[in-house]
Amino acid sequence: MSITASLTRAWRIAADIADPELPMLSIADLGILRDVRWEDGTVSVLITPTYSGCPAMSAIADDITAAFAAAGIAPVHVRRVLAPAWSSDWITPAGRRKLAAAGIAPPTPGSAPIACPRCASMETAMLSPFGTTACRALWRCRACGEPFDRFKCH
Amino acid sequence: MASSSIVFAGPPLAQYALRRADDALLLGHRLSEWCGQAPMLEEELALANIALDLIGQARLLYAYAAEIEAAGHDEDQLAYLRDAQHYGNLLLVEQPNGDFAATMLRQLLYSAYAWPYWQAMERSADATLAAIAAKAAKECAYHHRHAALWVVRLGDGTAESHRRAQQALDDLWMFTGEMFTADALEAPLITAGIAADPALLRPLWQASLDETFAEATLIAPADGWMQQGGRAGRHGEHLGHLLSEMQYLQRAHPGVVW
Ligand SMILES: [Zn+2]
Repeated sequence: MSITASLTRAWRIAADIADPELPMLSIADLGILRDVRWEDGTVSVLITPTYSGCPAMSAIADDITAAFAAAGIAPVHVRRVLAPAWSSDWITPAGRRKLAAAGIAPPTPGSAPIACPRCASMETAMLSPFGTTACRALWRCRACGEPFDRFKCH
Repeated sequence: MASSSIVFAGPPLAQYALRRADDALLLGHRLSEWCGQAPMLEEELALANIALDLIGQARLLYAYAAEIEAAGHDEDQLAYLRDAQHYGNLLLVEQPNGDFAATMLRQLLYSAYAWPYWQAMERSADATLAAIAAKAAKECAYHHRHAALWVVRLGDGTAESHRRAQQALDDLWMFTGEMFTADALEAPLITAGIAADPALLRPLWQASLDETFAEATLIAPADGWMQQGGRAGRHGEHLGHLLSEMQYLQRAHPGVVW
């Protein structure tokens, strides 16, 4: 296999790995997966944290190592990169659709109104700027009464 | 033996990163002391989330300091095996939680400084500090918004919440002066464009506090005697108690890992 074909295959393996806290999205959907490249004769997978204290980073690194081992590629070098900094703009269009389908309002900039992921009503309000994980806030829909998570615009 | 105290001996750039790591770690640790005791569930989540962001910032900064020092220390050793006089944090962040008003005022005074500080550091000539800053600036902006909302609610709330908020502000004010000073170790880093000039941050800090205090009907104390010395390792008695609890596990079980 050529290096290009190998790297394409390696990217597919990495891009398939689910995020531990949002398992309906892959690390590629979330924009956490930055690059897969050859470095010093081994495959390097470059990932970036959403938040400085994102507790999922080491779990993601372990999942990458395991997925590559299962595909017969070892060793693999997982490297954390900080620049350019992740923002919610890195979430792909597919990722945003998957968030909405899971009942989590995708990030929208500034004070744009938020649609309820359940009934699409715009009559929504924030309950708490901090939610169940570092990347989410807690909202509530006044029309259907359901609370829902909103992905922080960050 | 791994439980013996270590002394960090990195060059000025590493010491600079270490001091900021100490700020973030100790404030994060203080907030984590609220776990299970916050006044309501939303605040339980908020304080834990803010603590997590700060401890995450600390880890990145410790890892960088250790990398520059190149003495075989890792981020855990820097956090758990240094004694109080080798901590270079601001005195503000080691102050005890007190009541919820005191915690929120401490949070406001720090985040109103940390937000413009990390924004300025995004332009640091040091690429790693600039990258850490890009994340920390956004996180601290979010923390500031949270603290400012609470300070307004408490200050402009009941007579009792106002009294407690004003008391907390009066008690903490003397720890804010040292945020805007630079010692001989940091001055050359400022000249080199690596470190943000704290004197330039003061007007931004003051303006954002003035806005919050006006809405909160709180009065900023006059600048009187200011406590100094955190960056030089001269701390109050509270830091020793904090470290004895935070470092206990690593000191009692040397080298233990998760
Ligand atoms: Zn609804």
